[in-house]
Amino acid sequence: MLKKRLIAVLILRDGQVVQSVRFKHTNVIHSNAIHAIECFNKWAVDEIVILNVSRDAASREQFAEVVGNISSECFVPLTAGGWITDMEYAGQLLRSGADKLCINTAFLDDPELVKALSLRYGRQCIVASMDVKADEAGVRVMVDRGSRDTGSDPVAWAQRAAELGAGEIFFNSIDHDGNRKGYHLDVLKQVCSAVDVPVIAFGGVFQWQDLVDGIHAGAAAVAAANIFHYTEHSTKKAKRFMAEAGVPVRSEGSHELLQTLSVS
Amino acid sequence: MDTRKIAVIDYGMGNLRSVLNALHQVGAEGVLVSDPESVSAYRKIILPGVGAFNEAITNLNRLGMAQALGEAKNNGVPLLGICLGMQLMCKISEEDGLHQGLGWIDAAVRRFPEQPGLKVPHIGWNDLSFRRSHYLVEGLPPHPDVYFVHSYRVECADPSDVLATCDYGGEFTAIFARENVMGIQFHPEKSQAIGLRILKNYVEFAPC
Repeated sequence: MLKKRLIAVLILRDGQVVQSVRFKHTNVIHSNAIHAIECFNKWAVDEIVILNVSRDAASREQFAEVVGNISSECFVPLTAGGWITDMEYAGQLLRSGADKLCINTAFLDDPELVKALSLRYGRQCIVASMDVKADEAGVRVMVDRGSRDTGSDPVAWAQRAAELGAGEIFFNSIDHDGNRKGYHLDVLKQVCSAVDVPVIAFGGVFQWQDLVDGIHAGAAAVAAANIFHYTEHSTKKAKRFMAEAGVPVRSEGSHELLQTLSVS
Repeated sequence: MDTRKIAVIDYGMGNLRSVLNALHQVGAEGVLVSDPESVSAYRKIILPGVGAFNEAITNLNRLGMAQALGEAKNNGVPLLGICLGMQLMCKISEEDGLHQGLGWIDAAVRRFPEQPGLKVPHIGWNDLSFRRSHYLVEGLPPHPDVYFVHSYRVECADPSDVLATCDYGGEFTAIFARENVMGIQFHPEKSQAIGLRILKNYVEFAPC
């Protein structure tokens, strides 16, 4: 049976792991991303997403370097995103060891790039990141680190993303991001039932039950960032909670097993 | 000849660095090989790959790599295909048309059937069932979870080629092994301890 995935997200600004609260990035959690990865590798996380939220395009080179460092330590799938505006940089991230590309703004500004990347590397390589925001006018998708309103509703946006060649949707809510109120469940649910590609839920996890709620909303994978940095053995505890709630999760991957199989 | 050096065939498809990293982790050295002339210098060969079947087989043929790999195969060199690399070892693929593969294994590569609720690509951790024992899977727990990412699956004509299966909208071949040809549909380099153990088994296998 296909397991539900638990994904750790690292938000990087100028090479440092930062905390994200409603898309503002203030607290530095780790000055070196590799420290965070060492923990996740030991603690049975199923996948890692690393996002460059720096506002400076010059951060691209340094970010690719961090991806390279992380990939040499991490033997689970690695998705990288941020500032993917051309084929060359996308190729550079993949050569640095990323397995998938997380793309957000190009879905609005350069859909041809998305198509070309999907054709070149396969749709399984393309993760469409979508950030939703709610106000009196309704729920819309924002791009460019949450700064520009696409005017599109989330369901239409997700469907178009899949048509353009996305193999997965990475769903986030700007209102819920770092806000400790769980995922934006009603919109998440709509998106999950509107597309036939897997959806990753992100944004707002404050307690382990939030992960279970994300799965019940239809997500194939649940992701979190801040909570994993501030709780000891966090990913392991999260997995155990999910398993006890009846969610099928991967049981292997512990540090103990690495040693038992003598590959550590 | 350094038996710890393993050729990782570079034919312009996908993320090879992860394979090199994983080999390093299990005590071997992966060497990217793009020149068909140098293939014969290696005692073990990994054919990785992510992407489209047609582009991949076209590259292999154009570069002369298909022929070099065929010679290695005939000389008994243990060949390990990963993901697309496994699919390339099959006779035919139905990905975007009908394409001839290397033809080493009597198998067809077909898309997952359309079923309500069956999301394609098949992405994530799914468990294996073993059909027989083999050095590649020695020391593993009975139903380990491994990481898959694919939209097409291998259907073997000869059940005795199948080493492990996985179930996603029906059973499909997750690992095949026939003499010195082996193929893995999932990504051992991304399957943490389980995947590393499989690569370690491959690296440490000493043919008599």
